[in-house]
Amino acid sequence: MELAGRLDWSPLWISLKTGVVATIISFFLGLWAARKVIKKDYRTKSILDGILTLPMVLPPTVAGFFLLLIFSRRRAFGIFLNDTFDIQVVHTWLGCIIAATVIAFPLMYRNARAAFEQIDANLVYAGRTLGMSELAIFWKIVVPTAGPGIASGTILTFARAMGEYGATSMLAGNIPGKTGTVSQRIAMVIQDGDYVTAGFWVIVVLVIAFIAIFLINIITGRHMKNVRKW
Amino acid sequence: MGRIYADIHRKIGEFELNVLIDSDAKRIGILGASGSGKSMTLRSIAGIEDVDSGHIEINGRVLYDSDSGVNLRPQKRNVGYMFQNYALFPTMTVMQNVMAGLRGSREENMNKAGEMLARFGMKGFEKRLPGELSGGQQQRVALARIMVTEPEMILLDEPFSALDGYLRDHMQVEMMDMLQDYPGQVVMVSHSRDELYRFSEDLFVVREGSILRHGDTRSVFRDPRRIEVAKLTGCKNFSDARVIDPHTVHAITWGIDLHFEKEITEDIRHLGYRAHYFEPVWGERQENCIRFDLAREDILPFERNYYIYPETARDGQEAADVGYDELLCWFVQGEEQRVLEERGMPDYIKMKEEHILLLE
Repeated sequence: MELAGRLDWSPLWISLKTGVVATIISFFLGLWAARKVIKKDYRTKSILDGILTLPMVLPPTVAGFFLLLIFSRRRAFGIFLNDTFDIQVVHTWLGCIIAATVIAFPLMYRNARAAFEQIDANLVYAGRTLGMSELAIFWKIVVPTAGPGIASGTILTFARAMGEYGATSMLAGNIPGKTGTVSQRIAMVIQDGDYVTAGFWVIVVLVIAFIAIFLINIITGRHMKNVRKW
Repeated sequence: MGRIYADIHRKIGEFELNVLIDSDAKRIGILGASGSGKSMTLRSIAGIEDVDSGHIEINGRVLYDSDSGVNLRPQKRNVGYMFQNYALFPTMTVMQNVMAGLRGSREENMNKAGEMLARFGMKGFEKRLPGELSGGQQQRVALARIMVTEPEMILLDEPFSALDGYLRDHMQVEMMDMLQDYPGQVVMVSHSRDELYRFSEDLFVVREGSILRHGDTRSVFRDPRRIEVAKLTGCKNFSDARVIDPHTVHAITWGIDLHFEKEITEDIRHLGYRAHYFEPVWGERQENCIRFDLAREDILPFERNYYIYPETARDGQEAADVGYDELLCWFVQGEEQRVLEERGMPDYIKMKEEHILLLE
C-alpha cells in the first residue's frame, strides 16, 4: 500500500469530527424542535415545519449562499461575532460544522417528529397522573419509546453531515488540514484526474457509512424488540 | 370518607359536556355508550383533558375552579388513572413501570414497588417488559403502578374492555379484591351494565354529554325512569304508552292494555320490560298477557331467546315487516327452559306488574 503511506489522512478526521459534532447538535436541537412543533396547532405547525425542513429541500448551494450572507465578516452578524466573541465562521472548521448541521438537521427533526407523533398520548398522560415531571416523561418515556425513529434519524443525520459538500465548500472552503473534508477531497482529486486516490476515499466513506449504520442498528436492536411486526 | 364533586362544562365543536358528579360513595360508576362523554369526564377529573368551566374537588381539595382560576396540573392532583389500554411504558420493565411515579431513594422505591407487585401476584415478573405480559397481568401492573403512589382517588377508564371472555369476568372479580383495602373513592367508567352493576354503589348514567340519571345502582336498574336509561341498563322491550286511567295503560307498540294495582301517573309515555322477566302461561289468557306468536328463536349455550310478534302485527306478517326492534324478546334460562321443553310452547307470556318499567 504505497498510496496509504503518502496519503494525507486529515480529510477523514475532519469529516468524522464534523459528522459527530453536527449530529450531536442536530440530535438535541431536532428533539427539542420536534417536541415544540407537535404541541402547536395545525397552522403554526405547517409553517414551522416548512421553515425547519427547508434546508433539506433547498439545493445545498442555496443554503450555503444564505449562510455566507449571515456569517460573512463583511456583514453585520459576522462582524458582531468577530468583534464581540472573536468567532470566525467563514473558512474555519466551525463553518464546516454549521454547514453540516444546517443541512442535516431537518433529517433529525423530521424523524423525531414522526416518531413522537406515533406515540400513544396515553403514555404521556399516564406519566403525568403518576406525578412524573415533564422532563422525566420526555427522557424516560417519550424518547425511549420513539427510540427506533430517533435512531434512524440520527443515522441519517450523521451520514448526511459527514458527506455534506455544497454548503460546506461555500462557507468553510476546502483548506487542507482545516476544512478539507473527504467529499471535498474526492471532488478535488477527481478534477486532477487522480482516480486512484478518489477511489480510495470513496471506499473509506462506504466503510464508515456502513459501520455507522450497523452500529446504531445494534444499539437500537434492543428497543426494536418492543416494536410490533406487521 | 371521601367525596367527589365535579361540575364539568366543555364544548368541542358540536359536542357539549355538562356533567355534575357529586357523590360520597366508595365505588362510583359512570355508565354510557361510546362517545357519551363518560371518558372525557374522567379525564377532566384527572386533569388530562381541558375544561371550559366548572369546579372539581375531592375530599375538599380543589383541583379545578374556573372562577378562581385554580387548575392543578395532573401531577399535582394525586389522582390515579387507569387507561383502557393500561398505558404501561413499553421500554421499561415491570419494576421500572411501578417505580416510575415514586420519588424516594432508589432502594426505598424498589422495596415499595416490589411489595406492591408481590401483593398483586406479580412476583417474579419484575424484569419482564409489558409486551411480554398477558392482558390480565398488564392490568395488575397498571393497578400496582397506580396504588404504589397512594392516590387520593382512583379512576378506571373501561378497565376490562381490552380483555376478552373468561379473563374479563375473572379480572372483574380480581379487581374488586385488589381494591378491597383501598380507602379512597374509585370511579369506574364503562359501557357494560354488568361490570357496573357488580362494581358500583352509586351510578351515573351519561348520554350525549349529560347525566340522565343518578342514584344508587340497584335503584337505577330497578326504576330507570327514562327510556334511554332503561336501554343502557339492558332493557330490551319497549312500547309507546298511553295512560287510559290511573290503573290502565295502553301499550301502543305491543297492542295490549296493561292493568296496574298501583296508581299510574299521567306523565308515563313509554313502558319497558326486561327480557328475562316474562312468565309463560298455558291455556286461558290472563291479565297483562301478550299472545305468544313466535317470529324467531335463537339458541344460545345457556339460554333460549324467543322473539315474539306484538299484537299489533297482522296474521302472517313477516318478522322483517314488523321490524326487529318491535318484536318482543323473551330470554329463557335454566329451570324455566326445562319446563318449556316438558310442557311445550306457552299460549301467552305474562308481564308482572312489579317488573314493568314506567318511563317518561
